[in-house]
Amino acid sequence: MYAPSFAAPTTVAEAVQLLANASGVAKVLAGGTDLLVQLRSGILKPDLIVDTKRIPELRTITSEGGGYRIGASVSGAEAGEHATLSRDWPGIVEAVELIGSTQIQGRASFVGNLCNASPAADSVPALIAAGATVVIAGPNGEREVPVEEVPTGPGSTSLAKGEMVVAVKLPPKPARTGDAYLRFIPRTEMDIAVVGAGVCVTLDEGGTCTAAKVSLGAVAPTVLVVPDAAAALIGSKLDDAALAALDAAARAACKPIDDKRGTIEYRTKVAGVLARRAAATAFKRAGA
Amino acid sequence: MAKHHISTTINGEPVEFLCNTEQTMLDVLRDELHLTGTKEGCATGDCGACSITVDGRLVCSCLMLGVEAEGHSVETIEGMADGDQLHPLQQKFLEYAALQCGICTPGFLVASRALLERNPNPTEEEARYWLAGNLCRCTGYDKIIRAVLDTAADMRGAS
Ligand SMILES: Cc1cc2nc3c(=O)[nH]c(=O)nc-3n(C[C@H](O)[C@H](O)[C@H](O)COP(=O)(O)OP(=O)(O)OC[C@H]3O[C@@H](n4cnc5c(N)ncnc54)[C@H](O)[C@@H]3O)c2cc1C
Ligand code: FES
Ligand code: FES
Repeated sequence: MYAPSFAAPTTVAEAVQLLANASGVAKVLAGGTDLLVQLRSGILKPDLIVDTKRIPELRTITSEGGGYRIGASVSGAEAGEHATLSRDWPGIVEAVELIGSTQIQGRASFVGNLCNASPAADSVPALIAAGATVVIAGPNGEREVPVEEVPTGPGSTSLAKGEMVVAVKLPPKPARTGDAYLRFIPRTEMDIAVVGAGVCVTLDEGGTCTAAKVSLGAVAPTVLVVPDAAAALIGSKLDDAALAALDAAARAACKPIDDKRGTIEYRTKVAGVLARRAAATAFKRAGA
Repeated sequence: MAKHHISTTINGEPVEFLCNTEQTMLDVLRDELHLTGTKEGCATGDCGACSITVDGRLVCSCLMLGVEAEGHSVETIEGMADGDQLHPLQQKFLEYAALQCGICTPGFLVASRALLERNPNPTEEEARYWLAGNLCRCTGYDKIIRAVLDTAADMRGAS
């Protein structure tokens, strides 16, 4: 009979050692809202499950050098309740709060969303747009990489055996910076994104965009970074020409699939529309 | 592999149980502890019939392992009434006929109580969003929402 082992270490070092020394498949358990569904359906049969929720540093959000360090097992509900995170990074918090229901929110983490590596993961475009990084611990110590370098395809990541994410880091927010995330689903709750769009912009004192990052979800095998869409915004005050260029760049980046939620043509069109709307909100939040 | 020995608190009482790694908290509640008020609708996190709170936080017990309960405080529907005295939400669900077949009811009650503990004065929209992860095939939701909002009003009046 299938009988996985279970461990709930209290330090990162112990967790890494367990993951590195495991024979067979070892899986980290954060909120379990992806892992348990896969376990129960038999898609996944790990030999070892390592629950990381008893590691104190993985459960807290701390301010760090003007930015934030969000522990890898912090739930969406905890992120939403944090005193200043949603004031500083409203796009990131609105993205994580779109995940599932109240019950799912009670457990689902940013890092589980990222490491499950679904192209439709809602928090990922928002994290990428904001310039977030992840701290990864492994047998050879720690490394820090941009969020976009973690997923490599549907369900696969660049983490090596023995490695785990310990935190998401958000940079100090520059003055006049705003972020936003929008997703489209056919109903208002409890569905998977047809398209998701994350935008973050920084403006100068006159309201002209000096820096931007645009990321799209659910339109390719991994969440996309779209430099051409960012370029369309930089130097503009979000006039009609910039919006049209943004829309065109977002559509050009799409390599979506046809499925019951949307056709290729539909997803491509919606990607342009959502990018424009998310950009408008990001500009407003930046103070334009 | 040997079973895990778990010590936890359920509805205020210390409880110990044995479970395998792959048993969910829902399996443990129903099959090991015979607390069958918590229901299984989907086992994939979509329906909310298995709602419980863990340290006051609303979760789906079908998406939590039994082993994770170690040292935590779990509340289930069985802990809602005080002996024969129904919780105001339970009473109001009866008055409003906010249930038909009843399989979704324990989940709605546990989720609604968690809402009112955080927000004693929810708007209809807030209540509907909070309960969006609880599915009901019978009532059409309206009676449930009205029962929750009316309980909230009564409880505010009483305190
Ligand atoms: C009913 C329902 C609705 C949902 N709705 C949405 C939605 O609207 N949008 C959306 O994007 N997702 C949705 N999801 C998917 C899921 O809830 C999210 O992806 C969630 O963020 C996963 O986080 P978790 O903490 O539960 O991850 P887990 O299930 O614990 O883990 C997910 C994966 O990440 C790995 N992992 C976890 N932590 C680490 C770590 N520290 N280091 C390395 N690997 C790690 C795990 O091994 C596993 O492979 C939904 C799921 C359900 C059941
Ligand atoms: S049985 Fe847990 S959500 Fe349906
Ligand atoms: S009363 Fe039957 S499902 Fe809700």
